Amino acid sequence: MNMKISRLFSAVAFATAVASSIAAAPSHAATLRWGAQNDILTLDPHSQNHATTHGLLQHSYEGLVRYTKDFKVEPALATSWQQVSPTQWRFTLRKGVKFHDGTPFTADDVVFSYGRIIQPQGTNQIYVSGVKEVKKVDDHTVEMVLSGPNPVLLRLLVDFRIMSKAWSVKNKSENVQNYVAKEESFASRNANGTGPYIIKLWEPDKRIVMAANTAWWDKIEGNATEVIYTPIKADATRVSALLAGDVDLVTDLPTQDVTRLRSDPKLKVLDGHEVRTIFIGMDQFSQELLYSNIKGKNPFKDMRVRKALNMAVDREAIKRITMRGLSIPAAIMVAPGVHGHNADMDKVVPVDVEGAKKLLTEAGYPAGFEFGLDCPNNRYVNDEEICQALVGMWARVGMKVKLNAQPMASFISKIQKLDHSAYMLGWGVATFDANYTLQSLMRTKTTGADGSFNLGRISDAKLDALIDSAKTETDVPKRDALLREALTITRDNYYYVPLHHQLRPWAMKRNVSTIHKADDRPESRFARIE
Amino acid sequence: MSAAAGRLRRAWDHDLAWSFRRSPVVIVAALLTLVCVCGAVFAPWLAPHNPFDSGTVNLTDGFTPPAWSQGGKSRFLLGTDDQGRDLLSTIMYGSRISLAVGVASVLFSMVLGVTLGLISGYVGGKVDAFIMRVADIQLSFPPILIALLIDGVARIVLPREAHDQIAIYVLILAIGVSSWVQYARTVRGSTLVERNKEYVQAARVIGRSQASIMLSHVLPNVMGPVLVIATIHIATAIITEATLSFLGVGVPATQPSLGTLIRVGNDFLLSGEWWITVFPGAALIVLVLSVNLLGDWLRDALNPKLR
Repeated sequence: MNMKISRLFSAVAFATAVASSIAAAPSHAATLRWGAQNDILTLDPHSQNHATTHGLLQHSYEGLVRYTKDFKVEPALATSWQQVSPTQWRFTLRKGVKFHDGTPFTADDVVFSYGRIIQPQGTNQIYVSGVKEVKKVDDHTVEMVLSGPNPVLLRLLVDFRIMSKAWSVKNKSENVQNYVAKEESFASRNANGTGPYIIKLWEPDKRIVMAANTAWWDKIEGNATEVIYTPIKADATRVSALLAGDVDLVTDLPTQDVTRLRSDPKLKVLDGHEVRTIFIGMDQFSQELLYSNIKGKNPFKDMRVRKALNMAVDREAIKRITMRGLSIPAAIMVAPGVHGHNADMDKVVPVDVEGAKKLLTEAGYPAGFEFGLDCPNNRYVNDEEICQALVGMWARVGMKVKLNAQPMASFISKIQKLDHSAYMLGWGVATFDANYTLQSLMRTKTTGADGSFNLGRISDAKLDALIDSAKTETDVPKRDALLREALTITRDNYYYVPLHHQLRPWAMKRNVSTIHKADDRPESRFARIE
Repeated sequence: MSAAAGRLRRAWDHDLAWSFRRSPVVIVAALLTLVCVCGAVFAPWLAPHNPFDSGTVNLTDGFTPPAWSQGGKSRFLLGTDDQGRDLLSTIMYGSRISLAVGVASVLFSMVLGVTLGLISGYVGGKVDAFIMRVADIQLSFPPILIALLIDGVARIVLPREAHDQIAIYVLILAIGVSSWVQYARTVRGSTLVERNKEYVQAARVIGRSQASIMLSHVLPNVMGPVLVIATIHIATAIITEATLSFLGVGVPATQPSLGTLIRVGNDFLLSGEWWITVFPGAALIVLVLSVNLLGDWLRDALNPKLR
């Protein structure tokens, strides 16, 4: 009797299980558990220009165009475009697209998103840089009016993400969240895009849960119907999670563990470089340097001091010891793979402690001086360790550096408030074009994208002119010459201390396959779990 | 001369000394404690390198294994960490912080606990009831939780710069406040017994003030058990400090304690650089174990019921 009942039960249970799995999953439904070091800063797609945030948000929010696997531009929310004149681009929008909340996507949403992304409290204006106006022609056509010809417009527009006007108005999120002022809005806590995944849940510092959007206009190439993103700050914990099988994919490996992970039969490592340069920025504007014992003046205004800091850095030692070979020592501010990078310019000067001391003496600081160094401790590969090493290297030329390493979220708002004397930052190039870096980091700050992350407040009229011409120059050799000159001026004036370009292997379980993305924006739609 | 010799002779024959001599374990524990304490206190003179003088640390020495293994350098007996700092020296400087925090927080909680216990036991009534209920409430939380709470509040209230500067004091306060209850309870119990004894009544009859009776008559007679608890608590306090620092809420990385060193080294455990975390861990175990053994021995030796 008992036997019969239990058999009956198991039969029923089996049937239900089969039925529910058929109902829930069309083919090879699978969950991708993705682990990485840090969390997103916000769900507002126009608030923070931060690669991790973009990397997650692109699952939900799309632009008019997107990148193919090899970083060519292909249609997304726009199906085609034509240049009416050099400064007029007309985009035909995809019909029948719906936002995740069901509202249809129209030209109004593009016009609205343009008005939103250019608001001064955001940091993403770069992605519509040079666009003077966006006009609605009809429900499915928009026209962009440019202030001048723009050779990289389409590449910029990849990260200009479209929000629903109706949804934003309904939820009082017409304004971009002011992240630095610790503002929160409905749009900074909820997402509603048109993309392949619906962001169901974001528990800050804990997890992000995404589900495949069955109504998406395109087809998800892989088979991940659910994606769970877990930020795991501690290196050892992140690797343990992968080894124990708690996550399927880790996109920022601790350098010390890469060799070991390569030899693990359960895992595979996907090698790839990242178009990201890690560097030190210095306040070259304030009359008096903050966090310093030098009063009444700012030593970083003196080119000799900046040069001395450059010369004292042993980039090879950082590569060998701290990065375990996973970096390319840098002399210029853009990485290989970025248009404008040339290997002949990117030759690192050997470390020269005596020369640096001599320069400092000439500049009037024979005993060095004190300054503060702000660093993130959960953003770039070995960020805090590199900063610690720099403190030692600079101590050898007499500098007393006070290191302040903190999590990205508090670090970024501190340096954006210009409350620093020097800081570490990494700059990835979303457009794969050097002017993106030049415009954000070297151009004198004005409103909008110019100098949006020029936190040392560098201002060089010649550089500004070169950058501005490169924005509109459509003749490729001429433009290349402009980029080259701008990068050389930056290098030879030591406006920054470039450290290295990051290499970034990903590790995953054997049964997972995906495509490495050099722009540090992993896409789950390519992930396949066998 | 002979008077001094006589005093020495008497100390040698004392019960405590006798039980000390008879137990080899305790002698070893005492020696180890002595080595640890000396190594910590005299670190600036004894340590082979100064790991916090960033001008002398060289990144190219990073990840050197211990001297006896392949690739080791004789300059770095226990190897170096990721920044090229000599591990033996960082451990010596680290145990300085650990010991200082341990001893200071025990002193703090001892003063707090003994004072409250004396008042509670001697004054009695509502004051007693109030202090003991507070103690009861606190006993229902694990000490580590209270320490985390105090540290967390300090972090929010103080700006970051200021917090890093006084992190050690906050830690002492946090650990001290989290463990005063045991002292208070012990002292209160003994005080309840002592305050009805004839000598206390006599002192009261001749008109001495309550405070002076508490301090000069009751206190000396209740201090025995307090010293035993304090010894054992030093070990506990060192562990609590290490736990907090391991969790990243203790002392900042610029002045690392043993717990901080273990946390930093933990990242390299999986990649085979075991020495960075194992040696600070071993140092912590040796230190805590020997202090604990000493505390146990002291408890047994002073307990008349076990004699």
